[in-house]
Amino acid sequence: MKDKILMKGNEALAEAAIRGGCRYYFGYPITPQNEVPAYMSKRLPEVGGVFIQAESETASINMVYGACASGARAMTSSSSPGISLMQEGISYIAGSEVPAVIINVMRGGPGLGNISPSQADYLQSVKGGGHGDYNVIIFAPSTVQELADYAYDSFDVAFKYRNPVMILADGVLGQISEGVILPEFKEIKDAPEWALGKGKERNIIRSLFLNPEDRLTTHNIHLQEKYRRIEKEIQYFEEYKCEDAEYLIVAYGTTSRICKSAIDNMRNNGIKIGLFRPISLWPFPYAKLKENAASKETLFVVEMAYNQLEQDVRIGVEGAAPIERLNKLGGSVFNEEEIIDFISNSITLKGNKYVG
Amino acid sequence: MSDKKYLYKKTAVLTDKSSHYCPGCSHGLVHKMLAEIIEEFGIQKKTIFVAPVGCAVLLYDYIDCDTLEAAHGRAPASATGIKRSNPDNVVIAYQGDGDLLAIGMAETIHAANRGENITVIFINNAIYGMTGGQMAPTTLVGQKTLTTPLGRNPSNEGYPIGACELLNTLTAPYFIERCKVNSSKTAIYTKKVLKKAITNQMNNKGYSFVEILSNCNTNWGMTPLDANKWIDENVEKIFPVKNFRDGDAK
Amino acid sequence: MRKNVVVINKERCKSCSLCIPECSRGIIKISPEINKMGYHPIYIEDMSKCIGCTLCAIICPDSVIEVYREED
Repeated sequence: MKDKILMKGNEALAEAAIRGGCRYYFGYPITPQNEVPAYMSKRLPEVGGVFIQAESETASINMVYGACASGARAMTSSSSPGISLMQEGISYIAGSEVPAVIINVMRGGPGLGNISPSQADYLQSVKGGGHGDYNVIIFAPSTVQELADYAYDSFDVAFKYRNPVMILADGVLGQISEGVILPEFKEIKDAPEWALGKGKERNIIRSLFLNPEDRLTTHNIHLQEKYRRIEKEIQYFEEYKCEDAEYLIVAYGTTSRICKSAIDNMRNNGIKIGLFRPISLWPFPYAKLKENAASKETLFVVEMAYNQLEQDVRIGVEGAAPIERLNKLGGSVFNEEEIIDFISNSITLKGNKYVG
Repeated sequence: MSDKKYLYKKTAVLTDKSSHYCPGCSHGLVHKMLAEIIEEFGIQKKTIFVAPVGCAVLLYDYIDCDTLEAAHGRAPASATGIKRSNPDNVVIAYQGDGDLLAIGMAETIHAANRGENITVIFINNAIYGMTGGQMAPTTLVGQKTLTTPLGRNPSNEGYPIGACELLNTLTAPYFIERCKVNSSKTAIYTKKVLKKAITNQMNNKGYSFVEILSNCNTNWGMTPLDANKWIDENVEKIFPVKNFRDGDAK
Repeated sequence: MRKNVVVINKERCKSCSLCIPECSRGIIKISPEINKMGYHPIYIEDMSKCIGCTLCAIICPDSVIEVYREED
């Protein structure tokens, strides 16, 4: 029986990443994820790894690019403004098909914003904040355990598809301490044939295809074929009390946990409501969402952002049910009461039999 | 029966491709010297280049080694990532003016400051070649470029930056030298310097930096021969050719 | 009998002329021919004068020149 220990989210993800094979971390301080580089600086030397506090987030992502291009399990972490700085590097990593792991512990924006939790980097993450046609595999955990589990698995996923993987957390998740069972140390033997210094033939890691013969078009088609394959193979979600639900909340991350409490409360008052929680934000589980949305009176999209998750919900639902939004803007976290009030009022206003 | 002995042969580490570089461009010469050194040292399989954004973005079309295409200015950071995770490989970052001293200034200084065990080659041709001849951090005062049509004016554009001088203020770098390749004599000497810079890495000595005064005859609006003379008469006066630091000499 | 031979890859020469002043014998000239790239390649006017110093080959940015020596 493995021990459950109390760990802060940022530290749990770092430890789990190391157990998942991470031996290289390049990052820059930014609140609310500073515990990640701090933990890495202590722990990586203990396992024979390398920690560098880079000169900027821009340098960090490019160090990751170099290390991962040579087959190493390297990662970086940052928060919203720092992730903005990394967008160019992420585009290069995706275009060159280099596996990499990036953690975004979201804070309020835009600009310098604040240091409180937010979910306003959803579009930046899933629609591609950098230039060009590419996708990053995005996982959105909601508990410290999930954060650790996805950090642990992210390298395998990245290497399987030769694609960047991002874990989209928020400031709450990074900062709270919860009981977590840490996974076992993985034995890593990466020496991929395509990597710098690893192949029998010469390897060039590139995203530039200037000549008509090189065919940037062909390369992009190849990338898209890979993304279609990933979309078939990765569809992670949770259905919470959806079976008999008449109303559905769609939320992810910390917000989804608060919604679960709100749902339990509303159910006690007779409202049949459930939660559809996407966990892979790209690929987004559109099909399952639509299936769940089909019979519902109303969908409530609850997010710490404005019309970001909602856009993907609209794409998935395809008009099968009306959608309402409940937003928290500017780095601010929901409380259970306001979710209950909003949904109950909405239901009442629609002349439904329930009293809010 | 005659006995044929080659006095000079094209190195096998260069590919068969005809380069896109302008006639007389120093890139071709430096690529060739690096390739020759790699052949002489027998390190073709071990060497990993980090290519810049600039005319030499396609250096992997000419030098037959594993190469990473870095983002503009980020070569030292990517080289750091490669070298730290593959200490047995020989990692060479090859960069131009904008890459090294403009957009990549932070990465340049910090990789040097950490004393990363890499070799950084800086092609200083006092201009931005690939994009059509704009001012570079190394453009001389009074030099006319696409974005300084009346000549570089210090009150608007500041003064040229000396990379060797800048890096020489840091404690960590092991080797810093500025060279030129505008004649066979200077090319032969520069090849010795490049050999040293690579040998240092193979002996785990630390960070080696070689700045090479080069010509961009097309964007300078000169013939290759005149451009090489310009280096002697003008460029070298601002950027002295000398060794700034040699850890072996201690 | 020693003979130095300069082999020029005419199709690769870009006519940059950097080799010309390197030759102490002054035997490198620009040809009136035009190669496939549209340049006038160099040629050796009098091979018998070549001393095999290889300075022309050393300075060539395009590895157009190879030099060998034949002893009979």
